Amino acid sequence: MHPGEAVFVAQDLTKHYEMGEVTIEALRGVDLELRTGELVVLLGPSGCGKSTLLNILGGLDTASGGSLRYRGQDLTRAGERMLTRYRRNDVGFVFQFYNMIPSLTARENVAIVTEIAPDPLSPEEALSLVGLADRMDHFPSQLSGGQQQRVAIARAIAKRPSVLLCDEPTGALDSATSVSVLESLETLNRELGTTTALITHNQCIGGMADRVLHMSDGRIVNVTANPSRAAPRDLHW
Amino acid sequence: MSPPTPPAPPRAIFIGENMRALNRKLFRDLSHSKGQSFAIATVMAAGVMTLVVFVTALDALRFTQERFYDDHEFAHLFADLTRAPKQLESRIRALPGVRGVEIRVRAPVRVEVEGFPDPVRGEILSIPPGHPPEINRLYLRRGMLPEGSETAIAVNEVFAAAHGLQIGDTLRMVIRGQRVRLRVSAIVLSPEFVYQLAPGSLIPDYERYGVFWMSERVLSRAFAMEGAFNNVVLTLDGTVPEADVKAELDRLLARYGGLGAAGRDEQVSHRFLEEELSQIEAMTTVLPAVFLGTAAFLLHVLMGRMVRTQREQIALLKAFGYSNRAIAAHYASFSGLVVSIGVIAGVVLGARVAEGLARMYLTYFRFPDLDFRLRSGVLLLSAAVAGGAALVGAFSAVRQAASLPPAEAMRPAPPPTFRKTLLERSPLWGHFAQTSRIMFRNLSRHPLKAVFSVTAIACGCALLVVGSYQFGAVDHMLDIQYRVLMPMDAHLMFTDPVHERALGELRHPTGVRYLEGYRSVPVRVHQGFRSVQTSILGMEADSALRPLVTESGRRVPLPRDGLLMTDFLAEDLGLKAGDTVALEILEGRRRRVYAPLAGVVSEPMGVNLYMERRALNRLLREGPALSGVWMLNDAEQQEQLFQELAEVPALAGMSDMRQAERNVRAHIEGTTLGVMGVVLLLSFSISFAVVYNNARIALAERERELATLRVLGFSRGEVAWVLVAEVALLTTLAIPLGWLLGTGLARLLSKSMSMDLYRVPFHITPWTYSFSAAAILGASLISLLLMSRRVWRLDMVSALKSAE
Repeated sequence: MHPGEAVFVAQDLTKHYEMGEVTIEALRGVDLELRTGELVVLLGPSGCGKSTLLNILGGLDTASGGSLRYRGQDLTRAGERMLTRYRRNDVGFVFQFYNMIPSLTARENVAIVTEIAPDPLSPEEALSLVGLADRMDHFPSQLSGGQQQRVAIARAIAKRPSVLLCDEPTGALDSATSVSVLESLETLNRELGTTTALITHNQCIGGMADRVLHMSDGRIVNVTANPSRAAPRDLHW
Repeated sequence: MSPPTPPAPPRAIFIGENMRALNRKLFRDLSHSKGQSFAIATVMAAGVMTLVVFVTALDALRFTQERFYDDHEFAHLFADLTRAPKQLESRIRALPGVRGVEIRVRAPVRVEVEGFPDPVRGEILSIPPGHPPEINRLYLRRGMLPEGSETAIAVNEVFAAAHGLQIGDTLRMVIRGQRVRLRVSAIVLSPEFVYQLAPGSLIPDYERYGVFWMSERVLSRAFAMEGAFNNVVLTLDGTVPEADVKAELDRLLARYGGLGAAGRDEQVSHRFLEEELSQIEAMTTVLPAVFLGTAAFLLHVLMGRMVRTQREQIALLKAFGYSNRAIAAHYASFSGLVVSIGVIAGVVLGARVAEGLARMYLTYFRFPDLDFRLRSGVLLLSAAVAGGAALVGAFSAVRQAASLPPAEAMRPAPPPTFRKTLLERSPLWGHFAQTSRIMFRNLSRHPLKAVFSVTAIACGCALLVVGSYQFGAVDHMLDIQYRVLMPMDAHLMFTDPVHERALGELRHPTGVRYLEGYRSVPVRVHQGFRSVQTSILGMEADSALRPLVTESGRRVPLPRDGLLMTDFLAEDLGLKAGDTVALEILEGRRRRVYAPLAGVVSEPMGVNLYMERRALNRLLREGPALSGVWMLNDAEQQEQLFQELAEVPALAGMSDMRQAERNVRAHIEGTTLGVMGVVLLLSFSISFAVVYNNARIALAERERELATLRVLGFSRGEVAWVLVAEVALLTTLAIPLGWLLGTGLARLLSKSMSMDLYRVPFHITPWTYSFSAAAILGASLISLLLMSRRVWRLDMVSALKSAE
């Protein structure tokens, strides 16, 4: 077990959506604890609720029941204003489709976050950390998918977030590019100590985590702790 | 034996039955973009409506005018003279090119209407003995023409209506100092007085000015014109140029005090009517062009976006076997549907409003009846013009949809390419927040769209500027005319010039506080080949009741010798201070005299010459004579005053200047409200539609980007600002452009409304600018409020799920 203090504590977390006349139970009671500096991989088939869990952890969505505390703060009761502040100051997001602002250059895509964060890295520092110092003035349309994803990672960590939440960050990338993206995430987790949760349906990525949470049908069904983390380039694709 | 081959299945033709699903998609798409479609249809409807309204109203008025003129033998030439024997008629008739002649007696009168205390002026025209007039024939609305009767009179309809006069009612009139009682025997209309205006007025006052007809025998006797005439009207047969007939007529009438004949183009009623018709004519192109152009642009933007977002659907349909033509037809019918809604709404509204507008014109211009027809040609024309605009707007998007190769369309569209803008070279760029950079780069990615948007909003703004300018300028003109140049309360006119001693007697009636006499004499100013008929006003050197001012408003005292002249006339004739002016006095012995031009004065109505009164008396070689009196009096005792003045036989007429001013202003206010309401609505719709479409499309195209900003920790307000800032920038650019455009149009309008009758000054107040800006901002604000609902409901989770 990772020795750090608890960043997230979730108890019996549930989430359901009303889709017309059908109710979809996305989370059916999740208990979870994430600790400082930990790198956790969430594994599971599509529709198992992992994205829903990540969205609730990141303050994009709120739970229907149960409790979720972030560093002692109750996120299940947080209002819109508080969630916005939480996203702005504490959480970094990385998505499958990069979510670049197409009209801003790499540097500006990072700057859009550093301009509103309290104690950010400079955009240049953040981009250097992901190895894109020489691409800073390129627009998204001038960057490859892997490069765009690394800009997204730089954008996510530039605010020095406590947690980094990645939803299928390599889902749209080939294996070689995926390795470089995962290496960036691993380095940042190790060097900055950012608690990182990573969603994937790719089993082998679990090897680089401290813990792997297996999800199925809205629940965490199995937790495995790796005795040692594998380097991304040593993972078997 | 092989089995018989089954008949080949019919080839699918993508119409009717087979298109059901596609048609359903059409209606769903329409309902999905109902806000934008509605906005486009509204602007289209406004364009079609203005086109239908103005073309139809113009058509109706022209047709009505032509028919009235033709059926009632509207004269081609009009001439006033002092007095000529009736025998002259045959010589006039013998002039080459003349078809018909009618000699008349024309007399100014004072009218007393029972129960109406204000002074009323008018003119009476004679009806020839034994038959109704053959030129400028009267349209008999009710009653019988007073051909032989001693005491019967025909009354122009507007005057009768203003006073509720019926056949059999009596009027008291003072003709040449003699009081007569007359009975209304007919209520008539005349092509000569379609627009009935008192001399020197700008706006009709039907209560205080009337035109009447009575038997020539009676009028001649009352006006001491027996065996003679002082007015003649002619129709021409077109074989000789009008100018030649006019020259011959002038030569013939010269020794009888002819004042120079006037063609229709100088006839007041005809001129005002033509002026108005040409303004409507200008409207038939300007307004529809602005609205239909904007609608085409908006349709272009909407269709372009629809084809972009439906790439995959288009590919799928093509993969299923729908032909390029079927796809093109599908998107074309979408625009067709939007346009049809606009056209139908425009035609229906237009048809309703057109008759209303034409009838509104009939309150100024009196015809027996309005020949209002909604011609199918006009409706077809409007639909065709609107359809043409739609074709221009939708063409590129439809072509794009048709030519999209299915395999390519299946792949998502490549990410939008952005370039650095020119603005980024400026040192300021570093200070812009990223959200502002997003805005600038988005605008500069589609510069043409931004330019069109700004131009369309600016047109809306310009329309408001011109609309409110008109009324502000007319108001300003009235201020100058009534408050500065004519501060008198009442104006009295003598039948014939009187000795200035009369002033002493006029001091006595109740409530008179101050008097100033003036002398007025008709003259013809000759300059080179040109000549203009006007009059010289002789008055006190520093008249308090008729001050003269320069264009900048500085007082100009009358010189001891020499003339002042309205600047418009001086410019028109190419005269400047120091030049000698050749004048033909059109009174008494028609001498030609010369006087130096001492300077020019500025005034918005009419053209005049001014002299010191005694200098004018000397020029006319007469004693200290007066033609009339200007007066200040107690407002509370005014009724009493006019009653007492009515007993003074030497007075040909009286005007209550304050009342005249109130009438004009009330009249203009009434028109202002209606017209401004329509202009406001039109401008509002155009600005609203453009802003709403821009914001709506920006939101649709960038939903994902905005959701990303929310995820990154931007608040709803901050995200909304990205959209608001864009609209705000467009609007901010559009408003000054609209002001500029509007000011230019106002200048043109002011130029086109400059003539000898009146000159609407170019006068735009800050109010006009702030009003137009406020209305545009209001329209933007409302469309943004509608938008903000969607920004508020922006769903981060679902916006992030899909690929670009």
